[in-house]
Amino acid sequence: MSSHHESILREPLITGKNITYAKITDDVLMPVENKPNKAWWIGFIVAAMGACLWLFAVSYTFWNGIGAWGLNKTVGWAWDITGFVWWVGIGHAGTLISAVLLLFRQNWRNSINRSAEAMTIFAVICAATYVVSHMGRPWLAYWPLPLPNQFGSLWVNFNSPLVWDVFAISTYFSVSLVFWYVGLLPDIAAIRDRATGLRRRIYSILSFGWNGSVKTWQRFETVSLILAGVATPLVLSVHTIVSMDFATSLEPGWHTTIFPPYFVAGAIFSGFAMVQTLLLVTRKVLGLENYITMFHIESMNKIIVLTGSIVGVAYLSEFFIAWYSGVEYEQYTFLHRFTGPYWWAGSMMYGCNVLMPQLFWFKKIRTNIAISWCLSIVVNIGMWFERFVIIVLSLNRDYLPSSWAMFYPTWVDISIFVGSIGLFFTLFLLFIRVLPSVAMAEVRLLVKTSSEQSKKKLLDEGKVKNEEAEYYVESLEKFDSVQQADYVKI
Amino acid sequence: MSSIKYILGLFEDPDEMMHGIDKLQENNISIYDVFTPMPIHGIDKKLGVKRSRLDIVAFICGITGTLTGFSMIYFMLVMDWPMNIGGKPNFAIPDFIPITFELTVLFCAFGMVAAFFFRNHLFPGRAPRVMELRATADRFVIAIDANKGFDPSKVDNLLKEAGAVEIKHNDRKYVSYE
Repeated sequence: MSSHHESILREPLITGKNITYAKITDDVLMPVENKPNKAWWIGFIVAAMGACLWLFAVSYTFWNGIGAWGLNKTVGWAWDITGFVWWVGIGHAGTLISAVLLLFRQNWRNSINRSAEAMTIFAVICAATYVVSHMGRPWLAYWPLPLPNQFGSLWVNFNSPLVWDVFAISTYFSVSLVFWYVGLLPDIAAIRDRATGLRRRIYSILSFGWNGSVKTWQRFETVSLILAGVATPLVLSVHTIVSMDFATSLEPGWHTTIFPPYFVAGAIFSGFAMVQTLLLVTRKVLGLENYITMFHIESMNKIIVLTGSIVGVAYLSEFFIAWYSGVEYEQYTFLHRFTGPYWWAGSMMYGCNVLMPQLFWFKKIRTNIAISWCLSIVVNIGMWFERFVIIVLSLNRDYLPSSWAMFYPTWVDISIFVGSIGLFFTLFLLFIRVLPSVAMAEVRLLVKTSSEQSKKKLLDEGKVKNEEAEYYVESLEKFDSVQQADYVKI
Repeated sequence: MSSIKYILGLFEDPDEMMHGIDKLQENNISIYDVFTPMPIHGIDKKLGVKRSRLDIVAFICGITGTLTGFSMIYFMLVMDWPMNIGGKPNFAIPDFIPITFELTVLFCAFGMVAAFFFRNHLFPGRAPRVMELRATADRFVIAIDANKGFDPSKVDNLLKEAGAVEIKHNDRKYVSYE
């Protein structure tokens, strides 16, 4: 199979000359086998300070109760649930890349799936910490589980979306972890077989004794495919259930049937933006330009503009239904997003999520790394405001004007949010130091079929039709990692 | 008999390795195993390795999860402690679906991966049984059991003809033990 050439019309998934199996291993394991550089230390120290802030703020919350937050009797959910939904949403891209793109046989996922999955796991950890701290009494965190208890087993209410959420998030986290770790085994074994001494012992334990025999690989492939098959509906179900936390209430702005697909699209949207934010930096710092190419960046930008537009259509349907329903509370909620005291949050939501990503229709912008990175941050900000708008703006002015109130975050709210970003980056930076950030085994599959050098060989041998060769060379122009001079003579 | 236990043919290129397998099979030399740094499609058919039955395991585990989830909720909400929630029916099947689904996925994933680890003897701390250290990085390795009575020089020649970059005569099975 490995000798089958892919159509020349497809853009290469690996660029660079002399990419051998050995070089892939060396390139990917470079950060794992060497001492970290200055950029990593600076990033790590800043992130670790954020994580410490998070630890302090969460401990403060546990000690004093959630009265430490800016919540009041009108706005009972604010930054906590905003942060929770934001992080869960970000987590979705990892599973989407690793599972859905695997089912669709999108080979460009091979070089980004590992770090995207790691990102999923860390994002879900951040989300889970929000849930636990929002409980107020986290030592009672086992209450939503159906355990026999002192009331002669009064069970939990399985009709409640909050209980569904407990099952959905914990299943999602554990299945993602398993999926990620099974994929890591061959790569950990590669580190093990190159290492010596204590490192070898540690990676030996982590590798579970992987040896890469025929039967192991055969079962590995089956397991990956089936895990992808079950993870795909799982990831859709998770954000559907998160959206039902809101949609099954009777709150104007929440009580909306479009919420499940709208939340899922938003989750993919924000998740890809976060993958873009991380990978554009990672590829530069770790020197992975040949593996995470302009094609990958452009593809992700295309998904961002697609899902951003789906989110835009969902926003429009919400407006239409609010007007069409004739319910004045519902109508007020949506007007309030532009005319109320939180008009700036509403503008951030619609501006960052719907208008800004439309710039990605332009190829110049899609293939510009600096602009792509800035826009990915804009999307992240926009998606945070989306959750803030949905949660706080629906609560702060609902039915009774006498109980209308504003929400003001305290330093604890802000510290937990900023700190959770620090926690996320601490985990991610540790990950790229100790584990291979690119799935080597899967990238090796591309060397003989879809790498730049294999296609160049075909060109040099004159096995390609002229017009196809021209088309291919033209498509290479956007790549920053391709030596354009090599293609002038063709 | 010499002390050689295994003959290893190391290839740089997966296609040449596949060619090597053909060569050996033409000469009726049985292959002990093949170790590769990436999955090779079609190799299982060539070596006569039976298809994996993990998909059946996955289905059985998944359906167990479905039944567990549904019957658990049924027992708790309908039989053991029915609650009057606004006069609505206790046996509200649509409300049972999300958790039933989640448990299906959970059981399927964990059951299948556990079966995979069990069958391939993968568990944390297991001593790696590796015949060639580069087989996880950049070498595609065909291993031949030397005690099966094949002429070692003939095996060597066949491997070399197919394009092996290195041939090793190992006097112990696993090189990974210290």
